[in-house]
Amino acid sequence: MKNMKKVLGAALVAAMSVTMLTGCGSKGVSDTWKFGGIGPATGDYAAYGIGVRNGIELAVNEINENGGINGVQIEYKFEDDQTDNEKSINGYNALKDWGMNVLIGSTTSGCSIAVSDETAKDHMFQLTPSASSIDAVKNDNVFQVCFTDPSQGTGSAQYIGDNRLADKVAVLHNSSDVYSTGIYETFIAEAVNQPFEIVADEAFTDDSKTDFNVQLAKAKEAGAELVFLPMYYTEAALILTQANSMEYAPIFFGVDGMDGILSNVDGFDPVLAEGVILLTPFVADAPESKDFTAAYEEAYGITPNQFAADAYDAVYILKQLIEESGATPQDGIPTICDKLTAQIKKTSFTGMTGENMTWSPTGEVNKYPRAMQIVNGAYTLFK
Amino acid sequence: MRFIYYLISGISLGSVYAIIALGYTMVYGIAKMLNFAHGDVIMVGGFAAFTIISTLGLPPVLGVFVAILVCTVLGITIEKIAYRPLRNATSSLAVLITAIGVSYLLQNLALLIFGSSTKAFESVVNIPALKLADGQINITGETIVTIITCIVVMIMLTMFINKTKAGQAMLAVSEDKGAAKLMGINVNGTIALTFAIGSALAGVAGVLLCSAYPTLSPTTGSMPGIKAFVAAVFGGIGSIPGALLGGLLLGIIETLGRAYISSQLSDVIVFGVLIVVLVVKPTGILGKKIQEKV
Repeated sequence: MKNMKKVLGAALVAAMSVTMLTGCGSKGVSDTWKFGGIGPATGDYAAYGIGVRNGIELAVNEINENGGINGVQIEYKFEDDQTDNEKSINGYNALKDWGMNVLIGSTTSGCSIAVSDETAKDHMFQLTPSASSIDAVKNDNVFQVCFTDPSQGTGSAQYIGDNRLADKVAVLHNSSDVYSTGIYETFIAEAVNQPFEIVADEAFTDDSKTDFNVQLAKAKEAGAELVFLPMYYTEAALILTQANSMEYAPIFFGVDGMDGILSNVDGFDPVLAEGVILLTPFVADAPESKDFTAAYEEAYGITPNQFAADAYDAVYILKQLIEESGATPQDGIPTICDKLTAQIKKTSFTGMTGENMTWSPTGEVNKYPRAMQIVNGAYTLFK
Repeated sequence: MRFIYYLISGISLGSVYAIIALGYTMVYGIAKMLNFAHGDVIMVGGFAAFTIISTLGLPPVLGVFVAILVCTVLGITIEKIAYRPLRNATSSLAVLITAIGVSYLLQNLALLIFGSSTKAFESVVNIPALKLADGQINITGETIVTIITCIVVMIMLTMFINKTKAGQAMLAVSEDKGAAKLMGINVNGTIALTFAIGSALAGVAGVLLCSAYPTLSPTTGSMPGIKAFVAAVFGGIGSIPGALLGGLLLGIIETLGRAYISSQLSDVIVFGVLIVVLVVKPTGILGKKIQEKV
């Protein structure tokens, strides 16, 4: 028995040293750029992760075909996190073992915040295409491509006010979700300065996100002409269905999480989403994004959503930063991070999701949103 | 006027809880075990109906029957494979843990088969909404059907238990398994029948739940399952009228709490009330007081 233990012990030691050796091997300097992506490719918010994955892939393929970045090719790998913080960190570790130089991710706010603490420790440059929470960029090495939640909340309130969309507004948000709450708080704060009145301020939580009858009845009772829905499309689809069955038809106004409602809920009747307005930086059929949309549709058979565009832009932002700063894969992760961090604060980028985008030292992007309306089952520029 | 609307909403939600709670309470009353997989049987019922109605495009009535059938077979199978071998286990925890295991098994199987994206469930109810007080109160067809179903199920179940031989056998097994066996009652058969009825009700509840709140995902059954369990404990676990009362009260408290106190604290209110009830009356509202004989 004792011998048995010794043998086992020796075997374990051997196994551990082997893994250590391989660990060293994979961290060696590579001569290509290795971009890693993380997001929910499965799960409730799969539309976002798949969009990001496809967007990165499309951009990487285009760049590689045109000779890479300063002649260096890009390799790319994507990890599925199912919108779970733990899985997101596991995905990050897997990508690190693979030899990633720069992280494009995570896709959703909660996961991105969790991963950003890890990237800060490793001093890895992180560019999240779509995590919009202000906390997602709290570390110095993290930057966003999409709007922050506060700017979405403030932007929505200003848009509704400036365009006089309604006098009486109801708000319904998910109080157990950082994304929804972030937008909600800034919307309420900005609403005070706007020429409309908040007549109903309702909430729900992840544990009670199926029955919205009471919240909608209160909004209807209060005479709200517009209902602001700062949330993801899964819940929004249910809210639209229930509002329809109680014959309540205000203007529904969403933010970027509403993107995906038309095609990503199995069995959802798109007619119910008719007339929904959402504030989003990307318009698939706008003239400037025509080529991207065509290429994307040819490659994946679906119309790109905002997440795909954000991720596509993220890759081109990295390309521009690398070219401007002269970073190379041989620099090593911390040096790459320093060079790109210094460069992004000086640069100006025009892509699918905005013109002349600039970044503040805290990591947020400055750009202008556009309002889209769902008309005849397709996104069109509002007004 | 609004109050009446909220009350009806609450009764509708409570009726769904009550039908689910009936499954919990029957199994507990007779097999003395908590079947935590019950909520997931509801989800399976939902998916069965969804497959028939939306995927295959067959009539909704067929969907309801298939859901009930699938759930009944599933309930009997789970009992036979997972619970029966553990009936004489020394620790009653073994079967409880198994039930949790079955719950995860069903959820992940559904995840594997149907994927994790949320499905919009097409309502099986085709009754126009009822408008009262000049359209101020709009009662949907789903609400009406849910409430009526709940009442019908209650009456049928009470009659079944009190008037039929199989029902009497259930009462006997619930009272004393050993003595029932000596009297020539097929204990295993009776428990299997209990699971069959409880799971058939879960099938009904699944279709009603998904029709009233038209969304379906592998975790659809979890939260209603837990709430219905609370309802069963609230009303007195093991008592059939208790499950109805508990379910209805829970639904009404949840809806009114959401309407008049805070829409995000509704669950806090629900579970807070449960704690208060259990402190004041540990056996639940209609629960029997069991005296330990020394």
